[in-house]
Amino acid sequence: MSSPNASDLHQVSDRLAKNAMRHFSERLIEMVLFAAATVSVLTTVGIVYVLVSESINFFHSVSIVDFLTDNQWTPLFDDAHYGIMVLISGTLVSSGVALLVAIPMGTIIAIYLSEFANPKVREIAKPVLELLGGIPTIVFGYFALLIVTPLLQTIFPQLPGFSLLSAGLVMGIMIVPYIASLSEDAMRAVPMSMREGSYAMGATKLYTAIHVVVPAAVSGLAASYILAISRAVGETMILAVAAGMQPNLTWNPMEPAATITSYIVQVALGDLPHGSIGYQTIFAAGLTLLLITLAFNIAGQWLRRRFREAY
Amino acid sequence: MQTLTTEQIRKLIARGKMKDTVFQALGILCLGIALLVIFLLVSDMLMRGIDRLTLDFFTNFASRRAGQSGILSAWVGTILVMLVTAMAAVPLGVAAGIYLEEYAKSNWVTDIIEINITNLAAVPSIVYGLLALGIFVYAFGLGQSILSAGLTLALLILPIVIVSTREAIRAIPAMIREGSMAVGATRWQTCRYHIIPYAMPGILTGVIIGLARAIGETAPIITIGALTFIAFLPPVPFTTAADGVTAGMFDWVLSPFTVMPIQIFNWTSRPDPAFEVNAAAAGFVLMAMVLSMNAVAIYLRYKMRKNIKW
Repeated sequence: MSSPNASDLHQVSDRLAKNAMRHFSERLIEMVLFAAATVSVLTTVGIVYVLVSESINFFHSVSIVDFLTDNQWTPLFDDAHYGIMVLISGTLVSSGVALLVAIPMGTIIAIYLSEFANPKVREIAKPVLELLGGIPTIVFGYFALLIVTPLLQTIFPQLPGFSLLSAGLVMGIMIVPYIASLSEDAMRAVPMSMREGSYAMGATKLYTAIHVVVPAAVSGLAASYILAISRAVGETMILAVAAGMQPNLTWNPMEPAATITSYIVQVALGDLPHGSIGYQTIFAAGLTLLLITLAFNIAGQWLRRRFREAY
Repeated sequence: MQTLTTEQIRKLIARGKMKDTVFQALGILCLGIALLVIFLLVSDMLMRGIDRLTLDFFTNFASRRAGQSGILSAWVGTILVMLVTAMAAVPLGVAAGIYLEEYAKSNWVTDIIEINITNLAAVPSIVYGLLALGIFVYAFGLGQSILSAGLTLALLILPIVIVSTREAIRAIPAMIREGSMAVGATRWQTCRYHIIPYAMPGILTGVIIGLARAIGETAPIITIGALTFIAFLPPVPFTTAADGVTAGMFDWVLSPFTVMPIQIFNWTSRPDPAFEVNAAAAGFVLMAMVLSMNAVAIYLRYKMRKNIKW
């Protein structure tokens, strides 16, 4: 080895400088990427902050007891009542109708696609279902109001022009693809050996599907149902268009009623001044909506853990 | 123990097969209903709206007279809002996806981010509207503008973009990274020259699906208080309006606007049935936009699955 001369030293220091620069820019890029990843956390923080802070203002003027027990919702009248149960009933009834359609239909389609259909049918059916799931909800609202309601009126002549029933039915159809697609994925993940064991015992396809595959995939099915519930509870436009927007404390799907979401739309369509009590009601309603969604999600997580089958 | 005769066993088998067939029929029926709904929707809108689907419909503003109403401000607004949404959601979503797959250490911070992304997907879209009303419209003072709407929808589709980016990156085998790093590339160089290009089709699919979702979203945009009757277009950059004010490069982002779904909602909720025809025609245009975007995404995914063999 020759002793280092000046130009060698120069080269080495150049290299080191370059390395340091490289190291620095690598760190910088990592920080930028990390910042992007935290945007989603900030979104959640923002949602909670906005809903809670405006709701606190709201609960300064309205007591929580009234909010939960009053059976009228007339925040924009002179004689204002703030009974959120009115809106919750509309939300629960329409979601109930939707889930009564979506859960059986979605599950049957999932079982059929995963256990019965040949691969070609599946290759075509899944994208078609995805297309159905991609249709804008406002278009479904149009469908509910102008096609489904008149159709239902030929069966039930006393059905009004706006009803939770037709909105709920269409919502159900809208949710079917979510359930079908997620449940099918869950069932296809069940190992083939379990089916083969069942077939070897002489079980039919349907028996295997119901007694072997479905129990094994139950946590995936539950996840798809939870997502479906969240969709139904949070669905807005179908209800705003087809269920009417008058507050109505009812458990009868044949009646028109407002839901939490359609109330928010109704207020937003009007011109309420920022900071007024009417403005604050939509945040209190939004917080209620978020808490309902959260409650269903937590219940679902618990059920999943409780009934998970390990194999 | 009970013994069965051959005859009884045959009957049992026949009954089991029968049930299988019945269930298959049921499955096909349910699929058929789903198909029928799509078909009914598209054909009904086309039949009702076909007379309105002329060039005038695309070049006229909304009007009080149903017959002269058009969707000019709506489709221009939709395209501009989507532009803002894509500009915000794509860099953020892809960067977040890259961070989570390539950089994140497995610690509690990463756990929080991941759980958070999963949970955001279940948050109703109208809640994003309330977030935007409180933060973008009032706290940031952006008003009921294209920028507010675009950012709101960007937050809404961010989880979709992140998840599809992560899935696309996860499908790239480790040997690609090892090879790149073995020749001295840094982590970012590996991402920049290998991971991102190879994940591009998957990312693109996710972006298209996200935008197709955003284009049809109505509730969050209504919630921020977007006007429903707009008979003008946002200012074109560097042009001078009638009042002598020259528009700047980015003036359009703060302009009031309307979008296709809001226009449809507006027409659907009018009592005059003449507007139903407009709603049908506009609905058909919106459906065509959304379905073609979805079809492109599905096609891309199909191509990808066929072509890539690591």
